[in-house]
Amino acid sequence: MSTANIDLMDEMGHDDHDHHEQGFLSKYIFSTDHKTIAKQFLISGIIWAIIGGLLSVVFRLQLGFPDMDMAWLRPILGEWINIDAATGMGKLDTEFYLALVTMHGTIMVFFVLTAGLSGTFSNFLIPLQIGARDMASGFMNMLSYWFFFASSAIMFISFFISTGPASGSWVIYPPLSALPQSMSGAGLGMTLWLVAMALFIVSTLLGGINYIATVINLRTDGMSFTKLPLTIWAFFLTAIIGLLSFPVLLSAALLLILDRSFGTSFFLSEIYIGGEALPNMGGSPILFQHLFWFLGHPEVYIVLLPSLGITSEIIATNSRKPIFGYKAMIGSMMGIAILSFVVWAHHMFVTGMNPFAGSIFMLLTLIIAVPSAIKAFNYITTLWKGNIIFTPAMMFSIGLVSFFISGGVTGIFLGNAALDIQLHDTYFVTAHFHLVMGSAAFFGMIAGVYHWFPKMFGRMMNRKLGYIHFWTSFIGIYLIFFPMHYIGIAGFPRRYYSFTNFDAFSTFTDLNAFISIAAIATFAAQLIFVFNFFYSIFKGRRATKNPWNSTTLEWTTPIEPGHGNWPGAIPKVYRWPYDLSKPGAKEDFIMQDVPYAETPESNLPHEQELAGLEDKGDNTIKVD
Amino acid sequence: MVTELHIKEVPQKQLGINPKKFILWLFMVSIVMVFAALTSGFIVRQAEGNWIIYELPSQLWISTVILVVSSLTAHWALKSAQKSNSLQTKLGLWVTFGLGLVFLSTQVWVWEILVQHDVYLVGNPGGSFLYVLMGVHAFHLISGLIYLMIMLVKSYRANEVSEIQFQLSLSTTYWHFLGGLWIYLYVFLIIYH
Repeated sequence: MSTANIDLMDEMGHDDHDHHEQGFLSKYIFSTDHKTIAKQFLISGIIWAIIGGLLSVVFRLQLGFPDMDMAWLRPILGEWINIDAATGMGKLDTEFYLALVTMHGTIMVFFVLTAGLSGTFSNFLIPLQIGARDMASGFMNMLSYWFFFASSAIMFISFFISTGPASGSWVIYPPLSALPQSMSGAGLGMTLWLVAMALFIVSTLLGGINYIATVINLRTDGMSFTKLPLTIWAFFLTAIIGLLSFPVLLSAALLLILDRSFGTSFFLSEIYIGGEALPNMGGSPILFQHLFWFLGHPEVYIVLLPSLGITSEIIATNSRKPIFGYKAMIGSMMGIAILSFVVWAHHMFVTGMNPFAGSIFMLLTLIIAVPSAIKAFNYITTLWKGNIIFTPAMMFSIGLVSFFISGGVTGIFLGNAALDIQLHDTYFVTAHFHLVMGSAAFFGMIAGVYHWFPKMFGRMMNRKLGYIHFWTSFIGIYLIFFPMHYIGIAGFPRRYYSFTNFDAFSTFTDLNAFISIAAIATFAAQLIFVFNFFYSIFKGRRATKNPWNSTTLEWTTPIEPGHGNWPGAIPKVYRWPYDLSKPGAKEDFIMQDVPYAETPESNLPHEQELAGLEDKGDNTIKVD
Repeated sequence: MVTELHIKEVPQKQLGINPKKFILWLFMVSIVMVFAALTSGFIVRQAEGNWIIYELPSQLWISTVILVVSSLTAHWALKSAQKSNSLQTKLGLWVTFGLGLVFLSTQVWVWEILVQHDVYLVGNPGGSFLYVLMGVHAFHLISGLIYLMIMLVKSYRANEVSEIQFQLSLSTTYWHFLGGLWIYLYVFLIIYH
């Protein structure tokens, strides 16, 4: 068996890196090269992030300035702005407001922070950091992108239909999502949403299966699991979570489609619409919530873990110190991955579930604080007394740690079944997950782009613009989400079109206006990044081979790696990825492909033994 | 035994299963999760009450036996390919393919019987779930039949049938998996219906 494998790998290696000229179509469009696919995911993700951000700007205008005349938006939004005949004032359509919120959530969670994040960095870094020519199956990888593209196209088209895109919120709870007659966005828009998400799930599974198979099977010689960079560990665990949870969403979507189009009653029971009783009997909307959140909660970690992995790598490199607690980091990521599957019902505390079940889920939820705290402490202790180099990537990584802590703390409140009765469905929840999942994961993604940009495009991004981008985003995000906690504690419910109709909430008009201004400014700051990104692809300063003095294998490739990544043989791996500032070493980093025999001055005793250097010169050791 | 070797840090070859085989296994894991979701949804929904109870058609025994036999013939085709027996391989594949079709028609027959007993797709979820479980399994079985069809075409194109034994081992694994999946569903239905 093992001999057969070796033949196969050699064969693959030779197949893949023949330097034949490729046409434009096979090189840039229908490419099977993991680096090109990664860039396709990244640029699609950036486009989606801009769209998703713009949607939030529109509904923030509505929330912050409810009396505003929105007639000026009519050229873009058309009929979604209703003009009052008497006053000539333009008002955002109420149902379209719900569609905006729904699509903002869907786009950001799935299209940006799942496909844009895992799709980009798992694809780009897995083969480069484990020392492989390409993914286990380049063809499946290409399919993964094009399924994502088809899904994107359908989701995008749903903006242009007369009934508007899906508007039952990103969690698509039935009966709202199951009954086309319930609201305008539950009609064709919801159907397109479901089709797009089914294609998206196929794309994620094709990608995830490939990531797992590649990490397990295509590691270079010497790259044992205990020598893997933490980025790869994070992508690997993320892919496993996705493989186990996305099929469950597919099942839920299937049952929902049957309810919508074939008249079954999985999630529908005893409903009156317009005074008419529907024939559906015996369904359970709570069942949908169980199925949805069995995906939905692990999805939180699908979004977050890759960013945590990226951050581990960047913080260690730019602190010029080994990551503190390498094995603890792996262990805590495994712990998070396992726990993510047994806490889904904490999203359902107020559905009338058995209080005993609630307390079990509360306990399990609070246990997640343990591995999360281990990770936070390890980041801080890695920074402690390091020779910190503040590259833009490093700033964003530290920003992630800040959001992860301040957003994570409020998770402890929300995880309490009793407190959740007060806080459920208020802006407190919105503030919590936008900090810990949204902003933290987003910062990880941005950090990754700044850090690996030289490897992707052979050029550097502009540093100064990076710093401006960081400070405006970092301050802006806190200005948005910190006040939002207070609004939530005051009892503002999520997803309401207007608060000015309620006396109880009118005291917070100023704060809402403040949040909206901060949100618009923060969105504008992202355009700095977009400019920097596209400008630097063409006009950036040329990169060197290893600009950050990092230790991992991707920096052993040529500045712009070709098809097959390494022109010669694949490097072999001798040491873990965090030999930074090793006492005695000539430089403050030793790359993973440097044998211990070449670094006698810095080897620890057991490494000296590994290198065979203690054996009185003849390099002979005894083997049983 | 003690041998003396001149070693200087040889990086170890890393464990590796054939990536294609591994991808197939991961694919099967994702299918398992689809059915885990459906069957646990079944249990959760059933626990809430308001659930129709009906007799599981005994014809399901027939389809189960057919699928088990088809697994045996699929295995026989693989063994024959390893022995380079082209005729038996093709025969085995054809018989497996035929039994797969018979299985599907038996499932449709079972649906007709269910309809005669007033158990419909539309109506109480107790009935709907049965149709969905059988339907989603049938959908995957059709994918298995397409896979078998591809293998049949390959077996006719190959000069020597042993050339395709690796690919055949993958399709056979998938076919066994579909059989095992059905047995799981059947046992599940017997216990919980």
